[in-house]
Amino acid sequence: MQPKPEGLDPKTFIGQPILRNEDARFLTGGGTYSDDVTRPGMLHAAILRSSHAHGLVRGIDASEALALPGVVAVYAWADIADIAQPIPIRLAPLVGLDRFPQYCLASDKVRFVGEPIALVVAESRYIAEDALNLISVDIEELPAIVDFAGASAPKSLLHDAHGTNIASAYEVQRGDVKAAFAEADYRRRETFVCQRHTGVPMETRAVIAEWDVAAQHMTVWGATKVPFPNRATLAKMLGLEDKSVDLIEVDVGGGFGIRGEFYPEDFLIPFAAKKLGRPVKWIEDRREHLLSAQHSRDVSCILEIACKSDGTILGLYAELFVDLGAYVRTVGGVVPAKAAQFVPGPYRIANVGCSVQIFLSNKTPVGTYRAPGRYESNFFRERLIDMAAHDLGIDPAEIRRRNLVLGSEMPYGIGKLVPYEPEGEYDTGDFVAAFERALQDSDWNALNARQGEDEDGWLHGTGLACFVETGGAGPKETARLVVRKEDGGINLFIGSSALGQGHETVFAQICADALGIPFKGIRVFHGSTTYLDEGYGTYASRAIVMGGSAVLNTAETLIETMKPLAAEALGFPNEALVWKAGRFETESGGSSIGLAELAAATAQEIRADGSFSSTRRTASYGTHVAHVAVDRRTGKIRLIDYYVVEDVGRIINPLIVHGQAVGGVVQGLGGAFLENLAYDENGQFLAGSFADYLMPTATDFPSIHCTSLELSRAPSNPLGAKGAGEGGTTAAGAAIGNAVSAALRKYGAEVHELPVTPSKVWSLIAQAKAAAGQ
Amino acid sequence: MTPRTVKLRVNGEAREGQAEPRLLLADFLRHELHLTGTHVGCEHGVCGACTVIVDGRAMRSCLMFAVQAEGTEITTVEGLGTPENLSPLQDAFHRHHALQCGFCTAGILTTMTALLKEEPDPTPDRVREVLSGNLCRCTGYIPIVDAVLDAAEKIRAAKA
Ligand code: FES
Ligand code: FES
Repeated sequence: MQPKPEGLDPKTFIGQPILRNEDARFLTGGGTYSDDVTRPGMLHAAILRSSHAHGLVRGIDASEALALPGVVAVYAWADIADIAQPIPIRLAPLVGLDRFPQYCLASDKVRFVGEPIALVVAESRYIAEDALNLISVDIEELPAIVDFAGASAPKSLLHDAHGTNIASAYEVQRGDVKAAFAEADYRRRETFVCQRHTGVPMETRAVIAEWDVAAQHMTVWGATKVPFPNRATLAKMLGLEDKSVDLIEVDVGGGFGIRGEFYPEDFLIPFAAKKLGRPVKWIEDRREHLLSAQHSRDVSCILEIACKSDGTILGLYAELFVDLGAYVRTVGGVVPAKAAQFVPGPYRIANVGCSVQIFLSNKTPVGTYRAPGRYESNFFRERLIDMAAHDLGIDPAEIRRRNLVLGSEMPYGIGKLVPYEPEGEYDTGDFVAAFERALQDSDWNALNARQGEDEDGWLHGTGLACFVETGGAGPKETARLVVRKEDGGINLFIGSSALGQGHETVFAQICADALGIPFKGIRVFHGSTTYLDEGYGTYASRAIVMGGSAVLNTAETLIETMKPLAAEALGFPNEALVWKAGRFETESGGSSIGLAELAAATAQEIRADGSFSSTRRTASYGTHVAHVAVDRRTGKIRLIDYYVVEDVGRIINPLIVHGQAVGGVVQGLGGAFLENLAYDENGQFLAGSFADYLMPTATDFPSIHCTSLELSRAPSNPLGAKGAGEGGTTAAGAAIGNAVSAALRKYGAEVHELPVTPSKVWSLIAQAKAAAGQ
Repeated sequence: MTPRTVKLRVNGEAREGQAEPRLLLADFLRHELHLTGTHVGCEHGVCGACTVIVDGRAMRSCLMFAVQAEGTEITTVEGLGTPENLSPLQDAFHRHHALQCGFCTAGILTTMTALLKEEPDPTPDRVREVLSGNLCRCTGYIPIVDAVLDAAEKIRAAKA
């Protein structure tokens, strides 16, 4: 089924469901992913990781490993100590977080299972892995911190020098929460938990590094997401100038927020390559990935709501407890800060307060995963709103309708709920329209009438969840357009990186329209630092908003650049020329010149550089509707149908946007039903394989319906685009929590915790029955 | 461990290469025969990214040693079609946007190619059941199922 784009202008490439340029190579095995990169004389690395959650490193003996034929080098802390620098925090620098950065190898202590202790370099990956078993590490175990209770009453400190396991704590507020709660007719307070889970792309991480001694230049393959900041970090760590380091983005097998941040290996492999004067490749295996690529979510919340008896929400107060793991990584406090900011969601709630406790534990450090912080908060808030609606005898759709921010209230100020950001806003939007559309698409009234219906032991339940999220801003993005001499086509270079979303197609669509030329002649090169002097990367749904706008700006510059050349070639003054459908024409019509002729007639390369920057975020929003049936005998849950309606401002390629939405929903449902990066009470990791970490498969969620709308263009960028790609994920835990709770209503059982597994549902039913004396 | 010579047919051609007894078939195909279209996503038999067709059956090349493939006939993704001449299944994947990052794609194409050979007219549930042995993190599977059913229909129509 092809998605039906709505409200399209058929004259342009923007808005068309154009099939992707990148497909042909991916479908025939012609992609070049990181492990497909091979360099002459290349060595292979493997990493010895801690098998202890917490302990003192008493000694490392690598002599046996070094004696193994084929082993070239083993590096441990002592080998990097004199140049070692901590991995810098790039985003969300909440006060206090900078005390807890990670160094690229453990020094005197290990703080989580999976922390790198040593690096082995050998002639083959097989030998390097053999050698890992020959390194003996003497570790004196310390008690592990695995939860907030342990962290705050420390029997054990992760970072002794700082005397606390609380990395940061803060309060934010808008309005007067106390007064709102005092005057409310109704209050309810509940505790919710969103478990640790993460992106888990199908391609694991990889780094291939090559040091050119003669040129004193480092080349690193396998970069993605934010290649330019990562280049700066690596250059600094190696004591090189930025221009002496290049990061090359090859094809990337998925990112989802966690891939492409600066990890220890991003230093260790180039370090080894420079030391040894030979290229070195490191490919993460799946166990390592689950252990050491950034985890995410892992937020608990005590949330209290204050309402009038008609369901008007007067206030929300959240106490958030966020487990950041053993160290603070590149994305700093994004997860806690965004979880707090989006507690009120798309509703008109004048009084909102959050108390945020960010703690450390002996677990893998946390980064951002698709809809970071938002997924968690949506679950907490939407669950509590359903409970309030039930208590007050109001329909779950009606309570939302009464509280959603109206289109007429835009831009809607959301106050200063993030310590390191100025006051925020929702720029534009018609939240109610998207909401009503979702009710209509899902036939909510019919489903709502079946709430709790028992069909041969299967209980029906339908849940709603509304969301808003802001994104699509940040540091400037750059683009360069070059007219190819050979055929007059365009080479488009862009700082935005691609992680499998289809950027080669989407940027070409934007460029084709901007210049009025055919889509086919545009070749897109992205994400590598070799293409442009500066640039940034792709995160927080910013690629199209920022990169796409940079392309538009650059196209304008290119036309201006070419005008005098065309004027000279045609023998007319600049003012007499107009740019039309990829050609300069004289106003009178008579003569014209196109890109190919212009390129042929000009000695130098015709090119233009441009950029786009914006600090104003765009608000994407929408509603999820989940229809489930729960087997009251076993706790098994069947997802019958799932609907998402979201407004993304401007749709460049509906095929790709739809694909992102559906894929995003399934990831969100994975978090709602299956995925759990579990630890035991000693900090041992329990999810080290795909047999332990369950992800959605093809039989799990067959019926998903996504509609993307263009209801409200973003004013902040010339495309009018808003972030797309996270809307499918963000409210999935919320909608599922509400649907399952609705199914269980006759027992009075409520979902407080994700994932919603059969055993948890079974226990909820059993407990409710026991309480009722059945 | 001394390498041995492994001889087999890959994508219709006689090939040989050197393999230590412990070398995985996936690594042999990728690094010894330079057929890097076959991907490795877990090395423990769950994700299906490494699936190739061995003597007509879809097999996980991370669960086989190269030496076990001696004398077999193997089809990898490179043997299914070319960019200019996509197989009906590859073409359906393109039209249905059944791939995003493309990392899982080779294993899914080989798995489904083997299925459609055995069962030219599978039900949607049957496609889902077989596909459930492959993980895709990007697409949510729905477009893949649509693509497989569409391709099956086209292949049947072409034969009829
Ligand atoms: S790599 Fe073989 S099944 Fe995952
Ligand atoms: S397309 Fe990315 S894993 Fe399937």
